[in-house]
Amino acid sequence: MANQKSLFRKIKNFLIARFIFFNGILSIIILGLILAFLLYNSLRFLSTYPILDFLTGTKWSPTMEPPSFGIVPLLYGSAIIAFGAIIIAVPLGLGAAIYIGELAPRSIREILKPIIEILATIPSVVIGFIGIMVLAPFIRDLFKLSTGLTALAGSIMLAFMALPTIISISEDAINAVPNKFRSASLALGATKWECTYKTVVPVAKSGMFASVMLGLGRIVGETMTVLMITGNSPRIAFSWLQPARTITATIASEMGQTARGGMHYSALFAIGLVLFVITFLINFIAEGFTRRIKDM
Amino acid sequence: MKDDIYPKKTITMRHKNFQQKFFYIFLLIITLIVIAFVLGIIMYLIIKGAGAITWEFLSQKPSAGMREGGIFPAILGTIYLIIGTIIISLPIGVFSAIYLNEYAKQNKLTNIVKMSIVNMAGVPSVVYGLFGLGFFVLFLKFGRSIIAGSLTLALLILPVIITATEEALRAVPNAYRHASLALGATKWQTIVKVTLPQAIPGIITGTVLGVGRAAGETAPILFTAAAFFQPNLPNSIFDQVMALPYHLFVLVAQVSDAPDDKKWGTALVLLIIVLFFSVIGTGLRTRARLKRQSGHDV
Repeated sequence: MANQKSLFRKIKNFLIARFIFFNGILSIIILGLILAFLLYNSLRFLSTYPILDFLTGTKWSPTMEPPSFGIVPLLYGSAIIAFGAIIIAVPLGLGAAIYIGELAPRSIREILKPIIEILATIPSVVIGFIGIMVLAPFIRDLFKLSTGLTALAGSIMLAFMALPTIISISEDAINAVPNKFRSASLALGATKWECTYKTVVPVAKSGMFASVMLGLGRIVGETMTVLMITGNSPRIAFSWLQPARTITATIASEMGQTARGGMHYSALFAIGLVLFVITFLINFIAEGFTRRIKDM
Repeated sequence: MKDDIYPKKTITMRHKNFQQKFFYIFLLIITLIVIAFVLGIIMYLIIKGAGAITWEFLSQKPSAGMREGGIFPAILGTIYLIIGTIIISLPIGVFSAIYLNEYAKQNKLTNIVKMSIVNMAGVPSVVYGLFGLGFFVLFLKFGRSIIAGSLTLALLILPVIITATEEALRAVPNAYRHASLALGATKWQTIVKVTLPQAIPGIITGTVLGVGRAAGETAPILFTAAAFFQPNLPNSIFDQVMALPYHLFVLVAQVSDAPDDKKWGTALVLLIIVLFFSVIGTGLRTRARLKRQSGHDV
C-alpha cells in the first residue's frame, strides 16, 4: 500500500516536472515556429521570384502587371524613418535618463518615472491618430507642404515611442554604477556634474548603448503609427519631408487585400521574414551590451 | 577677500558652477519635453474626446457606415480578446517562470530559454500578426476569430508575464522553501502551497501590465481577429470581433468622412481602458517594491 502510494507520487512528480519543462522551453518552440511559418509561407515567393531582384529591386508594385517586388524602397523607408527617430530619441532619452537617474531629487523621480511608463502604454494607433490630427497639419504648415504625412512625422512620433525603453534601461544602467565610483570622483574634488559626465556616464555607457539598440528595435518594428502618418508611398525619396513607407506598414496595409497562398501573400511573408531577421540582429546586439552591465 | 588669495581657483569654480547649472537646466528641459509630450497627449485626448462619450456612444452599435451610433461591439470585442489572452497566457507564463526559477539548472539550455524570452519580447507585433495568420488562422483552421486573436496576443505578452513572475518567485526567500521541504512536502507541494502564493502580487502585476499592452495592440489582430464591422455580437470563440484599436484605425484611415468626435471618443475610451490596466499594474509594482525594500531594511 505504502509502496504503491510512493510510486504514484513518483510518477506524478515526474509528470509535473515534464509538464513544467515543456512550458519552460515553450519560448524556444514559439520562436522556432515563428521562423518556420515565416519561411514556410514565403517559400512560394522565394522559390519563384528571383532573389536578387527581391533584395536589390527598387520598385515595389505588387498589384501591377507584371508585379514587381523590390524590397529596397521599403528598407529605405524603414531606414530613414528609423534614422530620423534615433537622432531625435537619443538626446532626449539619454538626457532624460541622466536627469531622472542621477540628478533629480528622489521625490521628483518618483513622479517622473510613472509618467514615462504611461508613455509606453499609449497604444500605437492612438499615437498615429494624434499624429494625423495634430502633428501632420503642423508639419504641413511649417514647411508649406501639400501633405504633412511624411517620413518626418513618422520619425518624430516613433522617437517618442522609443523613449520609455531608452530611458528606463539607461536609468537602470546609471543606477547600476557602484556608489564608490561617485564617492571617489567627488572626493577628488569633482563637482556633482563632473562626477556625472566624467564618471557615471562612461561607466554606464554600454547600458545606454543597449537601451538605444532596444529602442531602435521598437522603432523598426512599430507598425500602426507609421502606417497612419508616413503617407505610405513606396518610392525612394531623399528627404524627410516626403512620404515614405516601411516594411511593417506594407505588411499591415497589403495583407488584407491579397489572395491567400498567392504570390503577393507569399511576398509579404518574405518581407516579414526580413523584418524578423533585422529586429533579431538588433536585439542580439543589445543583449550583448546588457550582459556587460550585469557583469559589472 | 578670498578673490585676492585664490583668484584663479575661484574663477574655475565659478565657471564650474555655471557649467553645472547650465547642464542641470538643459537636462531638466529635455526631461520636461518628454513629460509634456505624454501629458499633452492625454490632456488633448480628454479635452477633445470627453464630449463624444455619452451613454449612447458606449452602448450602441455603429450605424450609417460608422458615421453614427456608438462603439459597444468594439468595447465588448476588446474585452473578449483580453479575457482570452489572460486565459491562455497566464498559465503558460506562470509555469514557464516556475521552470526557470524552481526547476532549471544553470546550463546551456536555460541560457537559450532566457535568450528566447528576451528575443520574443523584441519580435515586432506585426510579425506576431503574420504568424497568427499563418499558424492559428490558416494552418490550425481557426479562421479569423476571437481564439486566433487571443492566442496571437497571448504570445505577444508572454515575455511580460514570464519576466514578472520570475522576478516575484526570485523574491521569495529560500528559507520558506527549505522549511516546507524539511516538513516533508514534495517540491511541487512546496511550489503550489508556499512559493506561488507569495508570488501572487507579482504575477498579477505582470498580467495586468501585459493585458494593458494587449488591449491597445492593433497589428497582431489585424489579420487574426478584427472585423471591420460586425452587425451581430459574437456568440462563439470562432467568431470575428470588432476591437477598439482596430475600430479607431478604421475610423481614421478607412471610413472616408467619419465625424471627428467619433474618432476622438474612440481614442479616449481606448486610452482609458489601457491606462486603467497600466495604472493598477504600476501601482501594484511600486507597492511590492517598497514593501520588499522596507523588508530588507529591517
